[in-house]
Order: sequence, then C-alpha cells, then structure tokens
Amino acid sequence: MMALDHDHILPRLEVRDICKSFGSLRANDHISFRVLPGEVHCLLGENGAGKTTVMNIVYGLYRADQGQIFLDGKPITIRSPHEAIALGIGMVHQHFMLVPTLTVAENVIMGTRPLFFSRSSLLTNMMEIEREVKSVADKYGLKVNPSALVSSLSVGEQQRVEIVKALYRGVRLLILDEPTAVLTPQEIQELFNTLRILVRDGLSVIFISHKLNEIMAIGDRVTVLRDGKVVGERLVSQTNPQELAELMVGREVKLIVDKKSANPGEVMLIVENLSIEDHGVKLLQDVTFSVRSGEIVGIAGVDGNGQRELALALAGIIKPSAGTIKLSGVNLVGKSPAQIFRAGVCHIPEDRQTMGLVMDFSVAENFVLKNFSSPPFVRHGLLHPKEIFSYASRLTKQFDVRTPSVKKSVDKLSGGNQQKIVLGREIDQKPKLLIAMQPTRGLDVGATEYIHQQLLAQRDRGAAILLISTELEEIMALSDRILVMYEGRIVGETSAERSNIEQIGLWMAGVTVS
Amino acid sequence: MELVGSLLQAALRMATPLIYAAIGETYSERAGLLNLGIEGLMLIGALTAYTIAFFYQSILLGVLGAAVIAGFFGLLFAFTTVTLKANQVIIGTALNLIGLGMTSYVHRMLFNTLAGSSGNVKVLPIIRVPILKDIPLIGPVLFEQNLLVYIALLLVPIAGFVLFKTSLGLALRAVGEHPKATATAGLSVTRLRYGAMIFAAMMAGIGGAYLPVAHANTFVENMVAGRGFIALAIVVFARWNPINVLWASLLFGFTFALQFRLQIANLRVAYQFLQILPYVVTLLTMVVLRGQTAQPKALAVPYTEQV
Repeated sequence: MMALDHDHILPRLEVRDICKSFGSLRANDHISFRVLPGEVHCLLGENGAGKTTVMNIVYGLYRADQGQIFLDGKPITIRSPHEAIALGIGMVHQHFMLVPTLTVAENVIMGTRPLFFSRSSLLTNMMEIEREVKSVADKYGLKVNPSALVSSLSVGEQQRVEIVKALYRGVRLLILDEPTAVLTPQEIQELFNTLRILVRDGLSVIFISHKLNEIMAIGDRVTVLRDGKVVGERLVSQTNPQELAELMVGREVKLIVDKKSANPGEVMLIVENLSIEDHGVKLLQDVTFSVRSGEIVGIAGVDGNGQRELALALAGIIKPSAGTIKLSGVNLVGKSPAQIFRAGVCHIPEDRQTMGLVMDFSVAENFVLKNFSSPPFVRHGLLHPKEIFSYASRLTKQFDVRTPSVKKSVDKLSGGNQQKIVLGREIDQKPKLLIAMQPTRGLDVGATEYIHQQLLAQRDRGAAILLISTELEEIMALSDRILVMYEGRIVGETSAERSNIEQIGLWMAGVTVS
Repeated sequence: MELVGSLLQAALRMATPLIYAAIGETYSERAGLLNLGIEGLMLIGALTAYTIAFFYQSILLGVLGAAVIAGFFGLLFAFTTVTLKANQVIIGTALNLIGLGMTSYVHRMLFNTLAGSSGNVKVLPIIRVPILKDIPLIGPVLFEQNLLVYIALLLVPIAGFVLFKTSLGLALRAVGEHPKATATAGLSVTRLRYGAMIFAAMMAGIGGAYLPVAHANTFVENMVAGRGFIALAIVVFARWNPINVLWASLLFGFTFALQFRLQIANLRVAYQFLQILPYVVTLLTMVVLRGQTAQPKALAVPYTEQV
C-alpha cells in the first residue's frame, strides 16, 4: 500500500529544519520529516529528545526559532492552537484537555462556535448538538455518550472524546502525544483499531511514543529523535525493535531484563484486610497479600485504583481504617513513618520531585534526608558537613549519579540522576522491605535499565520488594508474582509468564470472569 | 397580611443590590477570578452615582457612571491578576481598602464636609404597574418597585440563560474549571477573564449605586456596610448559579428588612443585636455549606500558558 519512495507523494505535513532552544538547551536541532496522507507516522525518542517540543510547535503552542512547516505543500505559520485547528491540525495531549464538569457534547463543541451575536451561539437545542456529535463519532466507530458528564467517564472513554473533539473540528492531521500511557492493554487495542479506521479514511496520524512494541504494532513509518536531532527514519515493516532501540539510545541496549529465578525465603511482609476510607469513599478494600524475602511482587493496575494509598499506608504516611501490616511479625499500623523506616521499610515514592527529594536542597542534603539527625551526620546537636559530604560522595560514585558536585542542588540534575539519588538513599539502608512505586516513570532507557538491575540486586540480596507500576511491561519484566488492583481491591494474582498478559489486562479493566 | 406584604416588598428592595453584585461575582468566579473586592467596588459605585445624581440631577446618568467607573477598577483587577498574575486575594483586599479610603476622602473633599454624610438626592421613583399591582400580596411586592429592582429581576434569568444556554456561557464555565483545555480548544483565556471581570465590576458598581439613589437618597461613608461580603457568601450559597442567586439574595434581603421591622417594633432587645442579624445568617450559611465542591476548580489560580 505505502510507497517506499515517498518523494512523489505530496506530504500532508512537512517539517523542515525546525530549531528551538530553551535557554542553552537545544530542544530541536534542525528537525525535518514528512508525514504522508493516510499513514500513522511515529515519532520515537526518549524523554527530552524533542518529540513533544516539535509537535507543540506544529500545534502553535510554541514558536520555532527557525525552520518551516508545510501543510499539503503550502508553507504555513501557526501562532496559536486556534490557528492550528483552523488549518485542520488536532492534538490529543498526554494530559487530556477536557473540562470534567461539562458534558461530552459541550466539550466537543467548545470553541467551535462564535461567542456573540450569532444564531449558532445559542445552545438551546442541546439534543440536536448531541446528535451531531454522535454522528461524527459513529462515522469512525467511536463509542461515546454525548450527554454524559466527562467526570463520569473512564480514561479510555475520555481519550475517545478527545479524538471525537478533533474529528468534529474536521482535522486532517491528528497528533497523539503518548496516548497509551494510561490505558489497559484492551483499551490500547481499541485505540489502535480506531487509528486504523482514521488513516483508511485518508487522515494522517502522528503517534508520539517511546514504547517500541506499540510502534511496531501501529506505525507505518517511524522517525527517531535523539538529543533534539533526527537520527533515523524507517519503514516499520523493514525494521525491528532492537534496531529502533539502538537508534533511540545511541548505543547497544538490552531490551530483555536478565533475571535469575527467584529464591524466596521467609515471609517478610503480611498485609491483612487493609482498608482505607476517606469521607465514605473506599480507597482500599480488604487488601490481603504477603511478600517473601528475595522476591519481587508486582502490583499492576491502571493509575488511581488504590496503588497510591496502599504504598502510603505501608510507609505509614496515611492511616488505614482497618487491617494489619506486619513486618517480620511486628505490626506497623499506628507507627510513624520514621519508626517504620527504622524498622526496615524503605520507600521510593511515586513522585520523586514532590515526595522523594527536596528539589532546592543539594545532592548531599538529599542523601541524608532521612537520617541526618543521627550520628555520624550530627555531633553535639550540630550537623557534621564533612561526614555528610564524604557519605554523599561515596553514594554518588556507587550509584553512578552524574553531578558536577555533591553541593549541586538536585533540581539541576536530570530525572534519571534524581531517581538514582532516591534509589541510592533507600537501598543503602539495606531495607527488609523496599516499596518501589513507579520507579522508572519518565526515565530514559539507560536509566531504566540501571534501576531495574539495582532492584534485582536488592532482591538477590534478600530484600522483599513490592513493585507498584502502571507500566505493565515493567511489572512483567521484574516481578516474580503479580497482583492486579482494581478499585481498591486485589482482583487477581498470577505468575509473571508472558501468556498471562491477556488475563492481567482483563483484571485491570475490572473484568473478573473466572 | 399587610405587614407580611410590606415586609416582602422591603426584602426585595434590600435584596436588589445583593442580586447585582452576586450575579457579577458569579460570572467572574465561573471564569476563575475570585474578586474579594466587591465591597470596595460597591462603595466606588455608590459615591459615583451619588455625586453625579447630586450635581447633574440625573439618577440614570449616576447609575451608568457608577458602572463605568467600577468597570474601570475591574479592568485594573483583571490587569493585575490575569496579565501580571498577582494574587487575587491580595488585589481584592487592596480594592476594598482603596474603595473605603478613597470614597471617604473624595466625599469629604467634594462636599466639603467632615461629617460622614451630606445632602440628599432625589430618590428613584416607584413605578406602579397598572392592574398587576392589584394582585393581592404579590402585586405590591413585585409591581410597586423602582426601575433598578425590575432590571435586577430581569437580569437573573438572562444571566442564567447566557451562562447555561450559549457558547459564551460554555466558554466561561470552561475557563474557570480547566483554562488550559479552554485554550487548546482555541479560546482566549485572557479575553474571557477580562470580560467576566469587567462585567462583574460593573454589576458591583450598579449594586453599590442602588444604595444612595434608591435606598438612602444620600451618601454615607462606608454605607455598603458589608453587603459586598454578603454577596460573596451568596455566590457560594447559590452554588455559582444565577437563578439561585435570586433566592439567596431574597433570604439575605429578608433578614435586612426583618431587622428594620424588629427595631421599629420596639422589642426589649438592644438594636445592635438586631442589626447583626444578616451577618449572623451569613456566618451560619457558610458553616452549614462548608466543604461544597461545586466551586470552579481553577478559582483564584493564575493561568500561565507554559506547556
């Protein structure tokens, strides 16, 4: 179907020599690529490679420093999303741009009608408008209920509304920024089916992702970005994940985590009937499980199904309303976070920037954040900088934190290096139980690889590890056992065999047919 | 029966300034701007209307002038909080201080008086609607009122219609909930918020103007006497809905009217206790309504276009 030599087809979008700098950072360095009508064109790259920046330029949210953009062969300048929409360019953002208190139809038509002095400014006939929205959705087989409030929809449904919103505006080029991050495997499949229908209709789709398997599944062509530059373009049918990964990272990478089989010892953590209620809302319901030393138990689930509350309850930050948490037989419920930390529970929190680190503190201060008040870091009630610095220097080396100095404040470091500080600080306590929540969120392939190795090393040392992640790939790769959470309950348990992925996906979506 | 009728008539009269101010504030809060400065804007409106009515003998011109001058202060509020992204609570508080200080100063200067009050202006005439005014009980309440009361009663359904049944209203409701979504849909957050704020300030100005030209027929320093803050409470009580603003304003108007009647009735209670009645009702409703979640999500949060 697709021509190999695309020079003879007038591209829907051509981006030529786009440059964009933020301060001294070159986010886009002479980026050029073409998107043809009727294709899914993937933009692959690690975080910070410049994918989102170039798309925000195309959508009018940023202005390029130099370079040109052509739409159907004509040079265009786009100064605002309003202009992009008028030109037929739509974007589904990573964080949905929907107003939760409005209905689906209201969200779809918002901004498409004049605000004043026009018959179409009157929204008195909402039924008519809802029918109109529904007919657009039906045309592409997208199931939406136009009169539903957006706040009542699941994440997958909200994404469909975003796509309908773009289609209603008559887009010919649809940009999707990391669209699968919050979806279950089944929802991802549904999204891919939709995209197939769209491109068959002649639309062009730009699919931004850093996940290789998705690109292999949905892409026609892929442009790979690294450090703000285009480093390669491939037909998906003529490449493989290994080649793409190496283009993306710029060196050889191991895509498969080397993992010895686990050697679980005694039961370390026992959680029984743990429940958390907040203003009558049950966030966690009768959660019961155990983790042995020397094993990684993975908790899978779509974001917001109680994983956060479970992690915080285990770390003593929120109080459960019922149930027990026992570490080597000692009940931890009711103890303070500091007491729980001293009992041997370490916690890599979900958000390193707000919970894991104090961003304007130095590397050294962050390394001793949990034990600066005990010797040798304090003497006669005063901090002992020499000890702190030498300790920090040791950990910096041991955990390969790339920083010019331990006195540098951590907000100057990359996400990967920040995470290594959190990881190093927690692991150096030789925890009995390590709770790792989204330990590689937003990290590049290299840093992810490193964190995974460290977690496995802790397991082999004999720590009990609870890995909570919404990245199913990560759960599958590291865990020895997998639990699935849905609406505050554990709805399934299985081993980490590949063949179980279908079942896990169903559990994540709340389907519990046995 | 007659007593009830005249009490209700007075309740609607007392509710009118609250209706104007609260309708305006409903719009600005829906758009994401928390204007604590209604009290100051109402004072500015009151002095402007009084001054124009006093020197030019035109009440209508006075009310229009109040709307324009208050609208200008609304523009200032929008410039500092939307464009310069200043803290809305602080700017609103400043507006109250400016309103009180400036009106007291300008009033003393213009009317060359050190007393808190000065000469009388003509009061807005009562328009009696023929036939309808003869309906028992309701007739006098609804159809023997001044022009500003009638306009307020019309304003309520119009404000409700615009907010819930037009694309302008949809845009306003969206921009206070999720400004970024509104911007990516191709609308201007800045223009919507400026517009809503200027409208809100003009309404507060008219609400303030009502007091000297239709209620007291003179200007007294600090004559708004907390009505601006009551309007703020009404917006919450009405759950950001213009139609509910009418009922809430009538409730507070009723307590104002009631305390006047009780003072006249010569009860053996210190009149100060009766005077605090509306404010006590305000406090009580706020306590009862604590934890309301209908509040626009982006209320008082400045919007930056950073992606």
